[in-house]
Amino acid sequence: MADLVESILREEAEKESKYKTIFVEKDADVEIDEGNLLACDPNPIDVKLFKSNKDDFINNLARDNTQLLFNQLWMLPVERVDNTVLAKLPKAKTLIPREKRLPKPRPETKWEKFAKAKGIHKKKGKDKMAWDEQHKEFRPRYGYNRANDDTKDWLIEMKSNAADDEDPFEKRITERKERRAKNELQRLRNIARSQYGGKVPGVGLTPVEKPNKDQLGRALVLAKKSTASLGKFTERLPKEKNTVKGKKRKFEPCVGDMKKEKDKQLRILKTLSHAVPINVAKAASHFMSQEPDERYVFYTKF
Amino acid sequence: MVLQRVSKPKTHKGRKFLENREPKIEENDKSAMFIKGGNTSQTVTQVLKEMYMLKKPTGIMMKRKNVVRPFEDQSTLEYFSEKNDASLFLFGSHSKKRPNNLVLGRSFDHEIFDMVELGIDSFKSMFDFRNDKCSQGTKPCVIISGQDFESDEDYRKLKNLFIDFFRGPKTEKIRLSGLELVINITAIEGKIYLRTYRTVLKKSGAKTPRVELDEIGPSLDLTVKRTKYASDDMYKRACKQPSEAKVSKSQKNKSRTNLGDQLGRIHMQKQDMDKLQVRKLKGLKRKKESKDEESIGNSKVKRMDDE
Repeated sequence: MADLVESILREEAEKESKYKTIFVEKDADVEIDEGNLLACDPNPIDVKLFKSNKDDFINNLARDNTQLLFNQLWMLPVERVDNTVLAKLPKAKTLIPREKRLPKPRPETKWEKFAKAKGIHKKKGKDKMAWDEQHKEFRPRYGYNRANDDTKDWLIEMKSNAADDEDPFEKRITERKERRAKNELQRLRNIARSQYGGKVPGVGLTPVEKPNKDQLGRALVLAKKSTASLGKFTERLPKEKNTVKGKKRKFEPCVGDMKKEKDKQLRILKTLSHAVPINVAKAASHFMSQEPDERYVFYTKF
Repeated sequence: MVLQRVSKPKTHKGRKFLENREPKIEENDKSAMFIKGGNTSQTVTQVLKEMYMLKKPTGIMMKRKNVVRPFEDQSTLEYFSEKNDASLFLFGSHSKKRPNNLVLGRSFDHEIFDMVELGIDSFKSMFDFRNDKCSQGTKPCVIISGQDFESDEDYRKLKNLFIDFFRGPKTEKIRLSGLELVINITAIEGKIYLRTYRTVLKKSGAKTPRVELDEIGPSLDLTVKRTKYASDDMYKRACKQPSEAKVSKSQKNKSRTNLGDQLGRIHMQKQDMDKLQVRKLKGLKRKKESKDEESIGNSKVKRMDDE
């Protein structure tokens, strides 16, 4: 029995002499943040010992703290990928300021706002690729080399009522360019709207091929106003309605009508003399109710 | 995400580049600029170079003369930060008044957040240590020791800055045998000792290895000079966490079967079996409505007729 104990003890001693220990003793616990591979040692430093040999002291301190960190890291759950052992790190505990501010949600476009108000939902998104009937293959829906490109047609059927000098090929291209320009304008207006508090000035009057009555009317009003004197001296056309809006202010003469003035003054006096006397109690209670409630303020703070 | 810009990027690559720089919920790793000042000593140049080597995949070296005084005028540094999309910086300069001077700092939203001036008292280059170095781009372990880093308010901020500067890229998984680099920062009696080590893992007889450290340099002894820390308001703004990143409460009524079907448990009131609509049959038809109901029905019809 004694032999057995002795042999075990000897084995232990041999083992200990062979391997150095991984245990480190500290007065206060070392804070370990595995997510950042960070160890913070709050223990006070023995200055006397430090001054006796600076480099050795720091090296030993570093080794001990690293050992403590590694002891924790080796306890993490591991995963084996291609013969390497990967430890899963938990989330970092140390709060570190961000690099940039939090992302703001993208401001709504005018259409999105409208669609939301009306409850219009977007249809399921179209695929990026579309089937091109002519080439018998899938091609990008939009952009270069797109499927079913109507500007690439070699033959276009003319409408019977089309003008003689109309070039249908040219027309398709210009229409497309105009659509793109309109979209770009709307995009810029949306950006401006998001930056200047929801209001951007209108685009004014845009030229159209065949203006309707309403558009013509607006054009006329604008044209009349567009003079140095804001249309004050612009002559009216025959049969034209008065389009100038607004009234001219009128002032009473400074001297003259004594009776009118007397009446005016008397009316003021009358209202003043008939004023209701102040109810002090009521006024006081009203004033008190106007004061902010302490409790209310307390609750709103949190 | 659609960029909110007046001038659109012309190429896909340009677009990707700009999108990468936008503020994000999950941020990119912070990159650091190493800026050489108007006048530098050999020590400062070497320190900047070696620090850059430590940070390399996320570091930018600016080795031309940059006549900047960070504590007097921050605008140049802010410009650099925006230009390079880097929020950490280490600025080095040398003058008679402030010999061997380093300024360590970071920015938030391209505004200087905090910075600390550190004087180099002694420096030992990594080339003075004749041993194996660790591989480039490894995530370092950061060890911070010293009572000051816990008790002193300014040192606590400095500690945060050091962690931010040295912690390296964010990862979810790490190869345990690849933990090579250890950066040790110790504060003793108003001085800061920065040491760099390579780990040597030895058998301990247990699962966890015994760690030995080999100093590889650079090693620096620093003293803190001027400081500029962020205001409380700015600190609060910078530490705001996105609501998406916060851990959501687990939903108790949702579960999954072994086949992967999702199940939800809901609570309902007892069903009224009398009103249950079953298969329609002639025999199950309801009896004729009572007289009262009929009369009401008739009157309604009448009124409609009158109109």
